[in-house]
Amino acid sequence: MDGKLLEAKDVSVEFKIDGQYQTAIYKLDISIKRGEVVALVGESGSGKSTFAMSVMGLHNADQTRVTGSIKLNGDELIGLTERQFDTYRGVSVGMIFQDPLSSLNPLMKIGDQIAEAITIHDKQSKQVSQRVQKLISDVGIVDVQRVSQQYPHELSGGMRQRVMIAIALANEPDLIIADEPTTALDATIQAQILDLIKEIQVKKNAGILLITHDLGVVAEMADTVAVMYAGQIVEQARVDDLFNQPKHPYTRSLLRADPSEVNSGDELYAIPGTVPALKDMDHSKDLFLKRVPWLDIAEVEAQIDEKLQKISDQHYVRGDAWKNFEFLEDR
Amino acid sequence: MSELVRIENLKVYYPVRTGFFNRVTDNIKAVDNISFTIEAGQTYGLVGESGSGKTTIGKSLVGLEEPTSGKILFEGHEVTTTKQKNAINYNKDVQMVFQDSQSSLNPRKTIGEIIAEPLKSFGVPNVIGAGYDGARSFDQTKITDRVLALLKIVGLPAQTVAQYPFQFSGGQRQRIGVARALATNPRLIVADEPVSALDLSVQAQVLNFMKKIQREYGISFLFISHDLGVVKYMTNNIAIMHNGRFVEMGTTNDIFKDARHIYTKRLLSAIPSLDVSKREEKRTYRKQIEAEFIQNKDAYYEHDGLIDRAYDLESITKTHFVALKKEGA
Repeated sequence: MDGKLLEAKDVSVEFKIDGQYQTAIYKLDISIKRGEVVALVGESGSGKSTFAMSVMGLHNADQTRVTGSIKLNGDELIGLTERQFDTYRGVSVGMIFQDPLSSLNPLMKIGDQIAEAITIHDKQSKQVSQRVQKLISDVGIVDVQRVSQQYPHELSGGMRQRVMIAIALANEPDLIIADEPTTALDATIQAQILDLIKEIQVKKNAGILLITHDLGVVAEMADTVAVMYAGQIVEQARVDDLFNQPKHPYTRSLLRADPSEVNSGDELYAIPGTVPALKDMDHSKDLFLKRVPWLDIAEVEAQIDEKLQKISDQHYVRGDAWKNFEFLEDR
Repeated sequence: MSELVRIENLKVYYPVRTGFFNRVTDNIKAVDNISFTIEAGQTYGLVGESGSGKTTIGKSLVGLEEPTSGKILFEGHEVTTTKQKNAINYNKDVQMVFQDSQSSLNPRKTIGEIIAEPLKSFGVPNVIGAGYDGARSFDQTKITDRVLALLKIVGLPAQTVAQYPFQFSGGQRQRIGVARALATNPRLIVADEPVSALDLSVQAQVLNFMKKIQREYGISFLFISHDLGVVKYMTNNIAIMHNGRFVEMGTTNDIFKDARHIYTKRLLSAIPSLDVSKREEKRTYRKQIEAEFIQNKDAYYEHDGLIDRAYDLESITKTHFVALKKEGA
C-alpha cells in the first residue's frame, strides 16, 4: 500500500450522450497520501468534479462508464454496487460540496442531520448526542445547543458550510473530498473555512482532495497540485514548484490571467477560445494548444505521449509544447 | 477631472412591521448615511461582504430602489426620485450590468431583440460614446445597424442577433449584457459583481473589455464586488462597506497600501495570496487581525441595538477617510 490513501490509475469516465459514449476524463492518474492535500484545478468543464463523483460512486450507472482503477486504502472502488459503495461513502470518505443549502435537508434540524450521518452507518452507536455536540464545537461553532436545534435556512452561508464539514467528519473519514468548498462564501468567511479544513486535516491526519478553480485557494491550502484541462492532467507538481516554476502553457496562462498581482495599467491575459466540447476532445494531442493562436498548426496537431513527462522530482508535464513556449507579447 | 455623480447622505431603510396594526416598529438600515462621488471616466469600487448594502446603493443609483432620504446628484441635477430622473431622461445615462447573466437576459428573446430594447425606448444616438445628448433616431434600420455595431464592440459575430441567450457561454452572455448597457451611450455603468460567476480566463476577457470601453468611450463604472483582487485591478477609488456604513474610503492605493480600519485590514488579510512561501506567515497574521477585530470592536464600532455601527468617516489625508472613534468621545 506504500502509505497511499487514494490511488487512481488510468481512470477514464465516459458519459452516454445521444446513445454514444463521450470521454469526459481520459486516463487520469493521481494519488493522495495520508495527511496530504492534493488540489485539482481547472476551468469549468475540465472534469475535476467528474473525477470526485467517480471516487464517491455518484455517477448514474446507466449513463456513465468508469474504467481504470480507484483504490482507497487498497480496496478497489470501481465496479462496486450502490450498497457496497455505502460502506465507504460518509465512512472512510467524507464530502464537502459547494452549495451547503441544497446539500442539507431543509426539513431537518442541524443536530438531527449530523446524528443521522452517524446512525445511518452504525445503528448501535452510543452517545450519539454527545458526539454530535462535539462535532459541532469541533467545526468552530460556539453556540452548540442553539445551532443544533436550528434549521439550515436559519444559518448563514459560512455556518451552513461548517455544518457540512461536521457531517463530512462525522465518521472520522480517512479522505475528505472538498468540491469548491468556499466558492459561495465571502473572503473573510472563506479564510475561516479554509483554516478550519486545514486544522482538521492536521489534527486527524486525513487526506484531502481539494477541487477548486481559485488559484489563491490552491496556494493557500495544497501540498500537491494537479492542473486539469479537458479531462486530463496537464501538469502536476508540489505547490511551490507549480507557482514558482509553472511549465505547461495552460498553467502559465491561468497564472497570467489572475488579476491580483497585475498592475491596473496592464492588460490581463485572456485565454482565447473555450474548453472544447466532449465530442471534440482528441486526447492524443495537447488540447490546450488550440487556444494558443500564435503556435503553428504542426505543433498544435502534434501527437503527444499519453503519459506525463517527469521533469524533476515530483514535477510532471504533458507533451513537449512547454519546452519552448512563450507568450506572444514576451517574444 | 469632473464630478459625474454625487451621493449625499443616502439612506435606504426597510421598515420592520409587527403586531396587529402592522405598525412600523423598527428599520433595517441597509444603507445608512452614505456620501461619495464618482468622477467622470473613472471606476469607483464598492467592496463589502454579502449583506453590507453595496448592491442597494447600486440599485438606488439606477432607480431600482427608492432612497429613504438623502440626495443623488447627476452632473448637478438632482435625480433622487423617479420624477426627477424622468425629467432629465436620466435612465439613458445610467445602465446596469448584473452578476447573473443567465437571469438578466430574457430567455425568449433573441440577442438582437435584447440589445434593441433600450434603443427602442431611447432612440439610436448618432455616435457611440459616453454621454451623447444630440439627436436620436428611432428608425428601424438604424436600430438594426447599431445592434450589429454593438455586437462587434463586444467581440461577438453578426449571426448572434438571431440566437437566444441559452446558446452562449457565461462569458459571452456577460458581454451581451455589457452590449445592452452600452446601447444608450450611458455615462455611468453600475456593474454588480460582473465577473464573480466566471472562470479566470473568461473573467480576464470581460475585465479587459470593460477597461477598453472605458478608455474609448469615457464611461464611468461603479464596480461592486467582494473580490478585492479584481477591485484592485479595476478601480481608482474604493469604499469599504460594513453593515450599511462606509468604514473606509480612499484611492485604491490608500486602501491597499495604508489600510487603517480593522475591518479593511480583516478583508485584506483574507485575500488568498499566490505566494506559497508566505502562507504560514499570512495565516498567523490573519488570526491576529481576527482576534483584534473581536476584542477591539469598541474602538471601531458603536452599538446600535445588536448591530455594530461604524463611526462617521474622518479624513486622514485629502483622499483617505476612515471611520474611527473621535478623540475624547
